[in-house]
Amino acid sequence: MTEYKEEDYLMLSGIQHFSFCRRQWALIHIEKQWDENVRTVEGNIIHQKAHNNMFDEKRKNIIISRGMPIYSNSLGTSGECDIVEFHKADDGINLVGEEGLYQVFPIEYKRGKEKEEDADRLQLAAQAMCLEEMLSCQIKEGYLYYHEIRRRTKVIVDNELRQKVYEMFIEMHQMFERKYTPKVKRAKRCNACSLKNICLPQLNSVSTVQEYMNRMLGEDNE
Amino acid sequence: MKRLLNTLYISNPESYLSLDGENVVVRRDEKEVGRVPLHNIDGIVSMGFAGTSPRLMGYCAEKNISLTFLSTSGRFLATICGESKGNVILRKEQYRISDNKEQSLRIAKNMILGKVYNSKWVLERTIRDYSLRLNTEILKEKSEYLTASIKSIQQATAMDQLRGMEGEAASVYFSVFDTMILQQKDKFQFDKRNRRPPLDKVNALLSFTYTLLVSMCKSALETVGLDAYVGFMHTDRPGRASLALDLMEELRSVLADRFVLTLINKKMIHASGFYQKENGAVIMEDETRKTVIFAWQSKKQEEIVHPFLKEKIEWGMVPYVQALLLARYVRGDLDAYPPFLWK
Repeated sequence: MTEYKEEDYLMLSGIQHFSFCRRQWALIHIEKQWDENVRTVEGNIIHQKAHNNMFDEKRKNIIISRGMPIYSNSLGTSGECDIVEFHKADDGINLVGEEGLYQVFPIEYKRGKEKEEDADRLQLAAQAMCLEEMLSCQIKEGYLYYHEIRRRTKVIVDNELRQKVYEMFIEMHQMFERKYTPKVKRAKRCNACSLKNICLPQLNSVSTVQEYMNRMLGEDNE
Repeated sequence: MKRLLNTLYISNPESYLSLDGENVVVRRDEKEVGRVPLHNIDGIVSMGFAGTSPRLMGYCAEKNISLTFLSTSGRFLATICGESKGNVILRKEQYRISDNKEQSLRIAKNMILGKVYNSKWVLERTIRDYSLRLNTEILKEKSEYLTASIKSIQQATAMDQLRGMEGEAASVYFSVFDTMILQQKDKFQFDKRNRRPPLDKVNALLSFTYTLLVSMCKSALETVGLDAYVGFMHTDRPGRASLALDLMEELRSVLADRFVLTLINKKMIHASGFYQKENGAVIMEDETRKTVIFAWQSKKQEEIVHPFLKEKIEWGMVPYVQALLLARYVRGDLDAYPPFLWK
C-alpha cells in the first residue's frame, strides 16, 4: 500500500470538489483560487455552527467530539470531522480515559438537502477511512446532516464507496504532482459553480486566439 | 461574469478611514462624515494623508478589497497587499516567460497590436461621428498610418523594434489628439504628451485618468494571481508595476483617452477648475477631481460585449477579464493572449 509523506497530504474536503469537477478541484487546490458565492458562504456558516457553537459533550451512552482533526497515511489526506460520535457498543473499541467499548460514527454537516451525486458521501467515506486508520477500528456507517431539511441521512460505507475514494485520491495525487489544471468542459453544473468567473467555462466555446486576431485584424485589410 | 463592485474614492485629504462591523467609516475632525457597507466595494482609493486604521487594512487584505493610497495630485503612493493570491506555479511561469525574449515578445506584440488597433478605431469613430465638424482628411491619413503600423507590428522580431513601432504609432495618434477636441477649444489645447508634471489641462486629465486605469489593472492582475510588477514589455524596475503598465497599453485609448475627450466635449469639466503653478505645472481643483471620479464611475458601469468572449460585461470589468485571459494563457489554456480589440 502506498504511504504518503505528511507534506504531500491533500485536503480531505477536496474530494467533494474533485468529484464535482476535476477542474474546479485543480483551481482551488493547485491554483489556490477561491471565490465566494451564496452557497459557499452558507456552507461556512453551517460549519462554524457545527464546530464552535457547541462544546464536546458526553451523554449517557454517547461521546460527541466536534472539529476533530483527522488524517490518513494511505490516502495521503488530512482534514477535519465536523462531528465524531462514539456510541457505547459491545463490539466497539476502547478509548483512552473512557469506560466501556465504543462504535465510531463520523457526521458531516452540509447545506441544502441530500444530493444525487456522490460528493458528500465520498467525503464522509474518506473521513471514515481516516478514523479507521487512526483508531484501528471498523466503521460501517456515518451520517450526513442536511441543514435545509434538518435531518440526518445514513451513509453506508461499503466497499464500492471505499474503492471510489481510494481511486480518487490516487488520481488527485497524480494531478497535484503534475500541477495540472484540466481544460474546461462546459456542463450544466457550471451554473452552480462558485468558480465560474475564474474558470471561464465559455473559453471552451470561443474560437482560438489566432482566429480571433485574424478575424479582427483581417477586417481592416479589406 | 464577476460582479462589478464599486470603488470608494476618498478625495478629502483630511479623511480618516476605519472599520466598524462590515462598514468603512469616514471621519473628519473626529466626526463621522460617511459610512459605506464593504460588501458592495471591491476597492478603496484614498487621496490624502490622514490615514486608515490597521483593522480596516487587515479586513481589506483578507476580503480582497484593494486599498490604494494616492497623493493629492493622484500620484501612486502605496497599496495594501495581503497574502499573495493564486499560486506560485503561475507566478514562476510568468517569470519564466518574462525572462524569455521570444515568449515575452509574443505577448507584448498582441498587447501592442491591441493598443494600435484601438487608437486607430478611436480616430475612425471620430471620423464617422463628426465628419461635418472637422477636417477628416488628416484623421484619415493618420488612421491609414496606424493600419500600416498594425501590419508591421505583426512582423516585429525583436522587443526594441516593437517598442520603436509602438512609440511612432503613439506619436502619430497624439499628433491628431487636439483635432478630436471639439468643444471649449480655446481653453483646452493639446500639443503633446507631457507628464512630469503635466503642463496643460488636457495632459493633467490624461495623467490622472491613467492613474485610475493603472490601479484597476494592478488590482485585476493581483486578483487573478499574477505578479503586477513583472512585465513582458516594460522591463523590471523596482517599484514599477510593469505588468500593469503592459496591460494598460491596449486600454489607454479606448478607456482613458476617449473618457477625457468626453469630459471636455460634453463640457462636464471647465477650465476654471484648474490652476497653474509658477513652474507651469497644471493641477486640478478638488471639485474637478471629484467630477472626474464621478464620471469615471459611471463610465465603468456602461456595458459592452467583450470581443473575444462575446459576453456582455461592464467597461469596469475589462481589465479583470484581460488579466484573467492573460493568466489563462500563461497556464496554457489558450493558444495566445487575446488583446481587447475595440471598434
